[in-house]
Amino acid sequence: MPSKVEKWKDEVYGNEIREHLMEFAEQGWDAIPEDEHDAWFERFKWWGLYHQRSGQESYFMMRIGTPNGVIKPGQLEVIGEVAKEYASGPADNPEFGDAYCDWTTRQSIQLHWIKLEDIPEIFEKLEAVGLGTQQACGDSWRNIVGCPVAGKDKHEHVDAWPVAEDLHETFKGNDDYSNLPRKWKVAIAGCDEGCGQGDINDLAFEPAEKDGELGFNVRIGGGLSRKEPRLARDIDVWVPPEQAADVAHGMSTLFREHGDREDRFNARIKFLMDEWGPEKMRSVLQEEYVDFELETAGEDMRDQYSYNTGSQDGHNDHVGIHEQKDGNYYVGLNVLVGRMGADDVIELAELADEYGSGEVRLTQRQNIIVTDVPEENLDAFTSEPLLEDYSPEPSPFMRGSIACTGTEYCSLSIVETKNRQVRYARWLKDNVELPEDHKDFHIHLSGCTASCAQPQIADVSLRGMKTRKDGEPVEALDIGLGGGLGDDPRFADWVEMRVPADEVPGAIKNLVNNFEDAREGGETFRDFVEDRDEETLAEMVEPEETDYHDPYMHNTKMTWYPYAEDDDMQSSPAPTDGSGEPLPSDD
Amino acid sequence: MTTDVHQLDDGAWISVNDSREVNVSDLWLLARSDFCGCETTDFLAEGFVEVGVDYPDIQARIAGQCIACGESGVTDWLTVGRVVDPDSGEFYGVVHESVHFPEKRTRLANAKK
Repeated sequence: MPSKVEKWKDEVYGNEIREHLMEFAEQGWDAIPEDEHDAWFERFKWWGLYHQRSGQESYFMMRIGTPNGVIKPGQLEVIGEVAKEYASGPADNPEFGDAYCDWTTRQSIQLHWIKLEDIPEIFEKLEAVGLGTQQACGDSWRNIVGCPVAGKDKHEHVDAWPVAEDLHETFKGNDDYSNLPRKWKVAIAGCDEGCGQGDINDLAFEPAEKDGELGFNVRIGGGLSRKEPRLARDIDVWVPPEQAADVAHGMSTLFREHGDREDRFNARIKFLMDEWGPEKMRSVLQEEYVDFELETAGEDMRDQYSYNTGSQDGHNDHVGIHEQKDGNYYVGLNVLVGRMGADDVIELAELADEYGSGEVRLTQRQNIIVTDVPEENLDAFTSEPLLEDYSPEPSPFMRGSIACTGTEYCSLSIVETKNRQVRYARWLKDNVELPEDHKDFHIHLSGCTASCAQPQIADVSLRGMKTRKDGEPVEALDIGLGGGLGDDPRFADWVEMRVPADEVPGAIKNLVNNFEDAREGGETFRDFVEDRDEETLAEMVEPEETDYHDPYMHNTKMTWYPYAEDDDMQSSPAPTDGSGEPLPSDD
Repeated sequence: MTTDVHQLDDGAWISVNDSREVNVSDLWLLARSDFCGCETTDFLAEGFVEVGVDYPDIQARIAGQCIACGESGVTDWLTVGRVVDPDSGEFYGVVHESVHFPEKRTRLANAKK
């Protein structure tokens, strides 16, 4: 029997949701019939709106999809202004203030505390500069990810940006693909560094050469969510750039028709890949969903991949100053846990205009890149005071940090994440020395098994948990080690479970010291982990209290907002009306 | 009126009559359960897998793990609350810190009653 979500989708879904959304926004929060809340909130996701968690009713997270992370000249200023005007809630965040943008691991943008009544104005402002929220969430083509410096990169073999843009234009708002069984995540990259992270996407196009022609090999069925991580599998198909959209049409139609609509937990294509295997996937694609002969796979470039390989060579992220193929430079700025205050966003937009072309790009490591900076502008740009906070040369612990949304706003998360990871990174920077030859060290903190912070592909993986300390329940983290991508991608080994959150920095310090003592020759951390069994590794992670202080040990999910002075659920002002005033309760 | 129950947002919470009533991330004490070898299972709810109504009980099978021994899996059916009067639809949640007894179903649960 189709799931309840499928029933709601059958009634109203896709583009037509907008008309209803606008009507509700016009009339106000109360206009949504109470017995239709769940159905409408499920549908609103398709237009990039996610109802915030319990205690924050009537407020939405808004996601803006920026394909390949490209934010064109003029757009960043509008994003910052929208955040400043509309993304303020009833309480401040102690680290980030009251209006900010989150750059996500899928090169998108998230704003919080958005009120239903403000949505028409926000859409108008975003759409006036070519931005939008369509299909940013929901069961459809999500934001397309890729190498964030596509078209600029010296390591590029195929310019994947026009292909990504074509896929975006073809599949966004297209009724044929608007109602898929589940989300559909696509990655495309043309560089030889592997920064498209195709291995963890439903559909991946990776650069490959066939008979002297450059195009893409196709992989299917990657993803990290729940406790079911999968690497995308090679289906032995190569396509030239001009046919990428045809294969993408074939694959997403196959998913639309064969994906599981009865059990949402089994709906992603990775489970169909489990069932069918790559050979059947290819043959069904060939026989039923494309009308030309598929080429067999070309020669890929995976043996050159350096991104997130732990090799300490090449590109492990896009932070720093790098020459583009046109002789200009791109400057990758570190944004700790991806969160940037609205005023800072507006200031960066001005700097990007002044020193570069005005374009910026988002990375899958929650950072931001200012592109097209002429060499003569580099010194002045990097001397700007804003870059003291968003540095192109950060500590490895700052640049390696990724965190998901966490219990601040998310229903699924078990623990607080962003502020905690900020505190971890600062403490580690001040208290831990990595070996001299380790400049990259990735720590990803995800609040739950949904894995939005991609914990399984980090050097140190942290995942939200609970434990008891002195008999009292406290927030805790599972610790995994040695994950990463590259030619030989590998998910982390979970070696130490349920570590109280205030003992995690001490555990990482001890781990790094033990690694330095026990490593052989120039062994990298990732090789070190791969070469040792879980028991040995677990002994090297020695959780310990230190002078690190964690203010979020209590059950942050039980609060209406973890940082409010009175955080009790009963003290929540939500739901509120369009001006933020609490609405009368039914009780 | 019927009692409408479902899990949403990847099993993050249980909705009863379009109201968010039970969330993941709470600890539940389970007794007389074969979930793990502990005398009482100190169970962290990580996701609601199935929900149903066995009037007046609202029940769920929950994915999670025992934070004492680390065993993870999905519980048998647990009563998470009650809707005593279907006409009013009012939900009375159980206190999750109290002791609960998961039970195997002997008949099919319906999402609606």
